[in-house]
Amino acid sequence: MDYTRFQNASVSAVPKSGIRKFFDIVQTMPRAISLGVGEPDFVTPFHIRNAAIDSLLDGETQYTSNAGKLSLRNEIAYYVRHRYGLTYDPQGEIIATVGASEGIDLALRAMLSPGDEVVVPEPSFVSYCPGVIFAGGTPVPIVTGAENNFMLTPETLKAAITPKTKALIMPYPNNPTGGIIDRESLQKLRDVIIENDLVVISDEIYSELTYSPEGHVSIASLPRMRERTIYLNGFSKAFAMTGWRIGYVCAPVPLMENMLKIHQYAIMCASVQAQVAAEEALKRGREDNYADIVTMRESYNRRRRLMLDSFHKMGLDCFEPLGAFYVFPSIAKTGLTSEVFCERLLREKEVACVPGTAFGACGEGFIRCCYATALDKLTIALDRIDDFLQSL
Amino acid sequence: MKQELLHILQQDCRITLEKLAVMMDQPLEAVAEALQDMEKNGVILRYTPVINWDRVGKERVEGMIEVRTTPQRDEGFDSIAKRIYRFDEVKSVYLMSGAYDLLLHVEAPTLKELALFVSSKLSVLENVTGTATHFVLKCYKSDGIIFEDEPRDRRLAVNP
Repeated sequence: MDYTRFQNASVSAVPKSGIRKFFDIVQTMPRAISLGVGEPDFVTPFHIRNAAIDSLLDGETQYTSNAGKLSLRNEIAYYVRHRYGLTYDPQGEIIATVGASEGIDLALRAMLSPGDEVVVPEPSFVSYCPGVIFAGGTPVPIVTGAENNFMLTPETLKAAITPKTKALIMPYPNNPTGGIIDRESLQKLRDVIIENDLVVISDEIYSELTYSPEGHVSIASLPRMRERTIYLNGFSKAFAMTGWRIGYVCAPVPLMENMLKIHQYAIMCASVQAQVAAEEALKRGREDNYADIVTMRESYNRRRRLMLDSFHKMGLDCFEPLGAFYVFPSIAKTGLTSEVFCERLLREKEVACVPGTAFGACGEGFIRCCYATALDKLTIALDRIDDFLQSL
Repeated sequence: MKQELLHILQQDCRITLEKLAVMMDQPLEAVAEALQDMEKNGVILRYTPVINWDRVGKERVEGMIEVRTTPQRDEGFDSIAKRIYRFDEVKSVYLMSGAYDLLLHVEAPTLKELALFVSSKLSVLENVTGTATHFVLKCYKSDGIIFEDEPRDRRLAVNP
């Protein structure tokens, strides 16, 4: 049977994720230490897990409203207002999604028509460009570099905009670089965004893992930006809830209407137990000033400093990442490509990192190292990387 | 800073002073001083490994003993507790609320030796009025560390 007739050509044309190959090699190496993970090394706090258990015992096994339980949406509204100064109406401006990933998909599909362009700063999360293509649009990658701490600049943004540009994806705090974007830089970008009538899809899933004194600033909190921002967040990183697949999207009603339609027909609603757990996470956080998050963030921050310092001592150039749980050192001076570096490091020293190229072509010369790993393992991994560099 | 230091040391007490200083974002001297302080004041008593003795393969018996005693005037339970903790078999001694007074965590090479400890060393002490010995069958978790075989890290090794 000729299956090509049944394979959508534009989907087929999207390459498979570059990470897959490393995953396959690591699987065969039980002693390898992986700095290639992309999720917290904490288990979801017990009171959150327990809320889901109670809900199951209670027999809460039915659909919820499409946008998610109103009690959860109320908590989300309180949380984003309290933490980031964002005001969204739980009735109509918030949808609980199956992870922030669903939010990305909803935003793109609800907005794009064939030929529309979406500007995507890179290096960034692997799903943005494929998501744009699946939604019928054309991704336009913008290179960001270590010299600007991987921040998007107004000049490069301006240069990438064409009459077809409809949206900009804002990936900060950034996976894989750990870069954040500060208020001043956001303000400069804002003028370009408004001038060119773009909508911003702001993926702020790592917002709670920000280590700068200023803390995280949401672009939606800037004057005149709320009306043109689709705000994405979730529970995976802040509350160590990756496997629950629960996130949310907030946007003004006119932007929300199409998203809700797609969510309604394609998903129906996010899993009820995940919603219950998420509600518990926020409710308890409101009462104890987000103690879960504070403990985890402090633990990451200590390891972040250790990683950065170790790479500097090894002689690698590495800008200070102030967000997420990644360090993105340059390995250019070794003369190896990112992919060769990572493959040799894995085979020779049994440490897995992710080549920067998995996150866009401009990631060449960098590797992503995740520090959400037990301290004792992290120290061993760093020693092994040092050995490897000296063996070159 | 001290509590944070203790938190890190509980995860890995072999970590170097240099790394500790980096993680704490403090000068080396300040961290060294804080550590010495805690060592001097008896906050940190020792830097020891957590051992899963079942894996060592050496025969060994562990037990918990409830001890009822007669408290002494002016001394309360202190003198009898001190008398008891001097025995090598005794790993820990706690003064408890409830139906008995002291709880001992004891250890001996064989069942016979542990029995002998109870009958000839512990029970015969003046002011010990009764004992109840419970043998440990299996240790699941100790000092916050899970001893079982389940994989500690369930995450996929590489993901985006």
